[in-house]
This record gives sequence, structure tokens and C-alpha cells, in this order.
Amino acid sequence: MDILRTRKLMSILIDQTKKVIVQGITGREGMARAKLMIEYGTTVVAGCTPGKGGETVLGVPVFDTLEEAVETIGQVDISTIFVPAPLVKDAAIEALSAGIKLLVIVPDRVPIYDVLEIAAVAKEMGAEFVGPNTLGLLSPGKAVLGMIGGSAASARNWFLPGNCGVTSRSGGITSSIAYYLSRAGVGLSSIVHVGGDAVVGLPHPEIIKKYEADPETKAVVMFGEIGGSQEETVADLIESGAVTKPIIAYIGGRGAKSGTRFSHAGAIIEGGRGTYEGKVERLKTAGAHVVENFGDIPAVTKKVLASLSGKM
Amino acid sequence: MARLHEYQGKKLLAEAGIKIPQYRVVRNVGETDEAIETVGLPAVIKAQAWTTGRASIGAIAFAGSPAEARAAVQKMLGLEIKGFPVTEVLVEEKLKITREFYLGIIIDDTNKCPRMIFSSVGGTGIEEIARAHPDKVAHALVDIRWGLRDFEARNAIRKTGVTGKLQVQLAGTAVKLYEAARKYEARSAEINPLVVVESGEIVAADCRFTVDDYAVFRHADLGIEIAREFGHPPTALDKIAYDVEKNDWRGTFYFIELARGYNKGEKYLGFHGAGGGGSMMSMDALTKRGYQIANFCDTSGNPPASKVYRAAKIILAQPNIDGYFGSGSGVASQEQFHSARGLVKAFREENISVPVVIRLGGNLEDLAIKILTEYTTDLPAPVEGYKKDDPADYCAERMQKLLAEYRPPAEKPKPRPKPMAAKPYSFKTITGKVTFDHDRCAKCESKICVEKCVPKILKLENGLPVLAITVEDAAKGKCTECLACEIECEQHGAAGGYVDLPIAGLDKYLGRT
Repeated sequence: MDILRTRKLMSILIDQTKKVIVQGITGREGMARAKLMIEYGTTVVAGCTPGKGGETVLGVPVFDTLEEAVETIGQVDISTIFVPAPLVKDAAIEALSAGIKLLVIVPDRVPIYDVLEIAAVAKEMGAEFVGPNTLGLLSPGKAVLGMIGGSAASARNWFLPGNCGVTSRSGGITSSIAYYLSRAGVGLSSIVHVGGDAVVGLPHPEIIKKYEADPETKAVVMFGEIGGSQEETVADLIESGAVTKPIIAYIGGRGAKSGTRFSHAGAIIEGGRGTYEGKVERLKTAGAHVVENFGDIPAVTKKVLASLSGKM
Repeated sequence: MARLHEYQGKKLLAEAGIKIPQYRVVRNVGETDEAIETVGLPAVIKAQAWTTGRASIGAIAFAGSPAEARAAVQKMLGLEIKGFPVTEVLVEEKLKITREFYLGIIIDDTNKCPRMIFSSVGGTGIEEIARAHPDKVAHALVDIRWGLRDFEARNAIRKTGVTGKLQVQLAGTAVKLYEAARKYEARSAEINPLVVVESGEIVAADCRFTVDDYAVFRHADLGIEIAREFGHPPTALDKIAYDVEKNDWRGTFYFIELARGYNKGEKYLGFHGAGGGGSMMSMDALTKRGYQIANFCDTSGNPPASKVYRAAKIILAQPNIDGYFGSGSGVASQEQFHSARGLVKAFREENISVPVVIRLGGNLEDLAIKILTEYTTDLPAPVEGYKKDDPADYCAERMQKLLAEYRPPAEKPKPRPKPMAAKPYSFKTITGKVTFDHDRCAKCESKICVEKCVPKILKLENGLPVLAITVEDAAKGKCTECLACEIECEQHGAAGGYVDLPIAGLDKYLGRT
């Protein structure tokens, strides 16, 4: 792994140089994921749990507040949040107030107005967040945030470094696409689960813009889903020229029964966006490589990457 | 999303200061006359149902006399709309409408803020109006920290050509609607139509209000029984499952019955997924082969073994499923042996007699598959386990093979009775109770319970397993309900460990006592 670490590979959002704090490190999930992050190579510098200041978890000092943590150990780049959903808003705003510029909000079931408040404060602070309801993100051979891979040993085995970015709206699929690509010999620059909720901090279009700016990423595999307009916005980005790297896309939920639409407003805003057919059509028209069978993703990606190197 | 009925939404509007028509809710025909006395004649009779376009399906009627009102109520109480029987009918004063608008608040996922939508033309077919006449529709993005301000609402509404006092009145209504939406954490709150009546007042003639599922816990006063959008009224089993979900925050659990009233041999399968995306693909693999999905179920996000066990028990409570199919994304981050132990406990207790195919790919999958398959060889039905390199499609193919080959026993095997301990040693866990039969433990040579206990909370005292922590700590969650002390003991020890994990209402549902 040392060879991997010393190679100057780029990645998005996370690498082994970023200083990371774990909010809720003394809890069941926080402790388990802190262990994964540390063992994989993430620079975890502190933990935070109100009332548990002074303790040490996995060799990492725990502070009562983030302000105290930053005063003591200096500025921190990233906070990963593992507190119960009703407490997430306060934890996130505490991190933003402490000057932290990237949050990874793992918990599921965070109330949507809480997410909107977090988004408003983040925007004001010039900060970003991944999630909520995210498995996290990982840059192979460098660092992981959240719980992708579950254990450092699995994460090392499953995900190989390389030039393909992954972005997914499903947590489990993030790992499975990344694993099947690696097994087929396609290495990865970063893999990101954008989060499963309706409103997330960095949706597909934002992640893909970051891959566009990352010199080591040559192509991006996107797992989209029905609902919302993230995938259509990606198509807009391709058409406007803001995204030039090839996008290999799969849209999940083809067979899902369309539910009773209760709200007019959704239809007014989306104006036909959100459906499986609509997303596939928009992406195809924009020039993305839309894959219909999940199992074909690695082969199609290989072909796309091969055609790129052929051009060079 | 937790949807409110029209009259429930209107109550929230009235609370925020928006005028609503005089109304009464009736639940049987006998209440109609009294309702008419309150609201007067002519009246509007509206079935309370979660659908749009009620007028076209006979769910809205006008009544000029008490007899007409009774007839309409009678008819509507017999309706079934989108699978939901109508149980409540709204009797309302008929407004003297001079103009109709549309007003809504929705969450805008792209801009990550609430958005106000106003249309100077309201009523049925608003989606088409918005498409055909974009100049009649105006929007305002709301800063969540300030809320919708009156001038912002006026600036939006003026763009549709509405001026003067009417503009001011409508903006005031928009601010009030936003306040109601914000207070009750609405995913969407809509008034269509919002009307001007002859007296010049603005009145909400209809209301659609959905509350964010994740925020329902903060609004007990709304009396929402199940914070989830079902395509049907929640079944008894849906309610039992929701109760499990609500009372255990560890990991995700989601269960919904998709079919009822089918028979054995009609190719309905119990489905147990993990993670939304992977589950959808796995279900696609089954439906492609002509199978029907009896239920959707998802246990993911690192749930404890006890939660997976409860999910499996609930899936198996569907009497006529032909098989049990489990598959998620295939490469799970969670330690899969927990799920394996949960499944094994459920399958053994129920003496499962339908073929089982489970894909438990991911972390520690080898151990998971070993537990799942080796600990179930003595059960009536075959149990197969697969890993991350086995695609969902292949697992579906295996299910097809097993169903073709398998001959179920003539009589459905009885579930195993709960063991009775001769010399019990018990402690409570977060959702159940662990009991060791120290008579059996004394004869056990392996003492495997202590070794395999995941949170390491057991120790030996005089050669018998006991808690190494306080009973309070065990009950608060230090015992993670990993089920090793039961499952591993039954396989390798003296079958002296038992974890009782009650599921409220399930025995009654199954007619067991």
C-alpha cells in the first residue's frame, strides 16, 4: 500500500492529507467507522461527543465541543457526523461554525427542513456537505470518509486506484459498482455515495463537476435513480459543455410501480422530469453512455476508457 | 410521505389564519343532517381520499337539499379510491366563487430551499395550465432562515399580472401558507383552488398537505399513525412491521405488503432486500422470470441481527408465499454474518418449508454464508447462500431451479415452541431477553457463547455463562442482540442459549397463542 500512497494520484474531496474529526465518535456507529477510517489511512485527528471530553477513543482525543477541538489541535478540514438523526442539524451547524469546510452526514432520517437549514448555513460559510443518508466516499489507496467498505481490509481488497470516478444515489450500489469495476481491471479515482434523500448537499451534478476538474479522472460512472432531477441536470451540464468527460450512466427503478401522484407542485416544477424514460432519453440525447443492464457497466466503461486512450 | 386528508390540512390552514369554508366531517349517513344544519345549503360533499381529480370519479357532489346530501354521503362512503375505502366525507358550505388561483409550497431539491408557486389560474388541470401558460405561473425561492416575506410573495404574484388589493391579500395568504408548511414541516402544502368569493375574501377551497416522514416524530399532535406513503391502507402486517421499525433506531427496516389474497403456487415470493438500489435490481431479476413480489422489505444500514430476525419472521407470516428470496446490492459494507444469524433464527423457529435463496455478498460474506447454509441443513426446505461475485440474476435462476425441484411436505411443519429453561439465568436486552438454561450449560463443553459473543459481554462463573457487565448496561444496548449465544450454541454447544425477541401483535395475527 505504500507504493499507492506515495504515487501522486489525485482524487476529489478526500485524500490522506486531510484532517478529519468524527462527531459522535463514542457511539456504536461512530466508533466502528472511526476504526475503519483510521485503519484505511484517513488522518483522523479528533472526536467530539458532548460530555465525553478528555476521553480517548482508538488513540484519538475526544472533545466536548468542536470549538475546543479546533482551539486545541488546530484547524480541521472535514467532519464526519454519526449522531442520531434528530441531533444532526445542531452537530452540522456546530461544525460549520467551527470553520470546517466539508461535512459528511451519514445518518438516515434527518428531517428535510433541518437539511435545508444546514444547506443555508453551509452556503453562507462557503462550505459543502455530502449526504445526509450517505455511505460516504473513498479514494482508493488514500482515505475513506463514512462507512464504505465496512472494514479497511475489505476496502483495500475491493477498490483499486485508477482513473474512473463513481457517483451513486444508492449506498449499496456505490460499493458494488466500484467492486465490479475494480474486478474488471478498471481502477477508481474516487467513489462517492451522494446520499439517498431528496435533498443532498452535493448531488450528482456537483460531484461530476468535481470529477471534471480532477486531472486524474478520465470518465465517470453514475448510478441514477427515478425521482428528482439530478440526472437531467447532468445532461444539461454535458450539453452546455461544462462536462466534457464521458459519463457512463445506469438508471435504477425501471420496474418500480409509479406511485399515486398526490402533489401538483412536483409535476409543475419537474415538468416531466423524474421518470425512468425521461432520464434515459435526456442522458442519451446529451451524449452519455446509458447502460441498460447493470452487469454491462464494467465492459462499457472499459470500452469507453480504451477509446479515450486510442485518441491520445 | 405522511399525507393529510383535505379537512386535516385545512385545519392547519385555519390555525395559520387562512379562511376556510364552514365544514363538518361525517363518518356515517346519520351524521349528515346535523352537518347540513351547521354548513347550510347548498353544500359540497367531498370524499376524503388521497387522490387528485376527485370530481371526475364521483368523489365530489353538490347538494341542494338534506336528502341530496344524504344520498351523496351514502354513495361516497361505499367508494374505494386507489385501494383506500372512503371512511370520511367532508360536508362543506358551497362558496360563491368569483375567481380561482393556485398556491403551493414545495421543497426545491436543486436550490435546497422551500419554493412558493403561485398561478393566477387555478383549479383542475393546473399542470397543463402551467405548461401552456408559463406567464401565469410565478415562483419565489424562500430563505429558510427568514421565511417567506410579504414583499417576496408580492414580487412573485405581480409577475402574473395580479395587482392592487388582491395582490396584497394573496401575498398575505402565501406568507400564512408558508408558516403552516414550515411549522408542520410539509414536503408540500397546496391550495388548489385558492378562491376569491363574492364578499371579496380569499378562501382555501381545497388543501393537500404532506408532512415530511422524518419529522413526524416532532408532530405527535397530528396523530399520524404510519409516517410512510403506502399505495394501499396499511395492512395488519404493515402495522406490526412499522411498530418494529419505530421502536428500534439501529439500521434501516422497511416492510410493505404488496399483494394479498394470492394462493400457493401462484409464484409469489417473500422478498428481503438490503438497500434501495440493489433491492430494486434484485426484484427486477425476479419479475423478469415471471415471479410476483409478495412484499418489499429492506434491512440495511448495519442493522442488528435481532432486526433482521424480526423482518424475516414478518415476511414468513405471509402464508402463501412459494419462496423466500433475499438480495441487496451484493457488496454490502455491513458485516453480513449478523444478517445470517437473524435469518437462521427465524428459519429454524418457523421450520421453513419454502425454498430460500439469499445473496449475502459483502463484508465477511464467507462466514455469513457458512452460518446461513450449514446451520439450516436439517430444515424441511433447501437454503442456499450466495456472495458478491454471484449476480442477482443468477440467484433468481437458482430460485427458479429450487422451486421446480422442491416438493414441500404435505402438511406445513409446525413452528418450534419456545424452549423452557430448567434452570434459567436471564437478562434483558434493548428489545428482548436472553436466557441461559444453566442445567444445559453445565453439560456444555464448548462454552462457545462466551467466545462468539460479538460485544464480549459474557464471562464464565463456576463454568457457567453470566454477564460480565451490569444488567442495566446490557439492557441499555451493550448487548447488541448479535444472537451468537443462541445460534452458535445450538450448533456447537448444548442448545442452552435463547434470545426472546417479541414482535408485538404477530402471534395474534398468526392465530398463535
